[in-house]
Amino acid sequence: MTGLDLAFLATGAVTIAAALLAVTTRHLVHSALWLVLSLGGLAGCYLVLGAELVALVHVLVYVGAVVVLVIFALMMTRAPIGPSPLHATSRLHRALAAVLGAGVSTLLLAVLIPLAGEQPVPRRPVDSTQIAGELFGTWVWPFEALSLLLLIALIGAFTVSRLAGAAPQEPR
Amino acid sequence: MIHLALPYAVAAALIGIGTYGVLARRNAVLVLIGIELMLAGAGLLLITAGAIGQDRWQAGNVLTLFVITIAAAEVVLALAVIIAVFRARGSIDITEAAHEPASEAAAGAS
Repeated sequence: MTGLDLAFLATGAVTIAAALLAVTTRHLVHSALWLVLSLGGLAGCYLVLGAELVALVHVLVYVGAVVVLVIFALMMTRAPIGPSPLHATSRLHRALAAVLGAGVSTLLLAVLIPLAGEQPVPRRPVDSTQIAGELFGTWVWPFEALSLLLLIALIGAFTVSRLAGAAPQEPR
Repeated sequence: MIHLALPYAVAAALIGIGTYGVLARRNAVLVLIGIELMLAGAGLLLITAGAIGQDRWQAGNVLTLFVITIAAAEVVLALAVIIAVFRARGSIDITEAAHEPASEAAAGAS
């Protein structure tokens, strides 16, 4: 048990606990807020593993943009404040889902734990200039394709919301 | 020095929790939160694999950045579709497809 192990244990415990609460709470808005804590804990995990740039981008994109979008969507779909029994699932449904989720975790653990090995590895912090060099060298075409993907997503989201606004008026 | 079993365990747990969230929720936005958790677990897996060493092209870090970008694009489109569905039927319950007339009436009332 090294110091980095303890640090990772702390951030990982925060991540897992917040993720569990995010998928089990009955308050819709609390679910989004627990997601913030879980993703923030995950950024801490990235920091402990030495990926500083990824941790920063993760906080910017997820906590700054994705969760804000989720909260906007909850508000625009008139999510009630307080616990909502409206979308509650039955106990059997949740038990089956829990069994399947635990099964997925167990399968992944069975594959991954032997890969990890017994010996600890040294932490190698990655310089952002290294990442930039590879990103604009080796990975430049996937990078360009992703910028195109973002543009398409922007136009697509705009089109979907415009079409949906126009559609219900036609039959009447 | 860090043991890699811990990050792998956290990633596997995140993916399992995300699966539970996708399967156990009926509100479409909450299903999306489960998908976000699964993508987060995938990112942690990539970073951990990159931390082992012999990461010649910084693939662990760069691919995680790509996954984050794709997740952002995915969440934008998914929320646009969810809001469009809410406008059309007045509900974002993903199990409600079976009884169409009831949701039509709800959309008319709202």
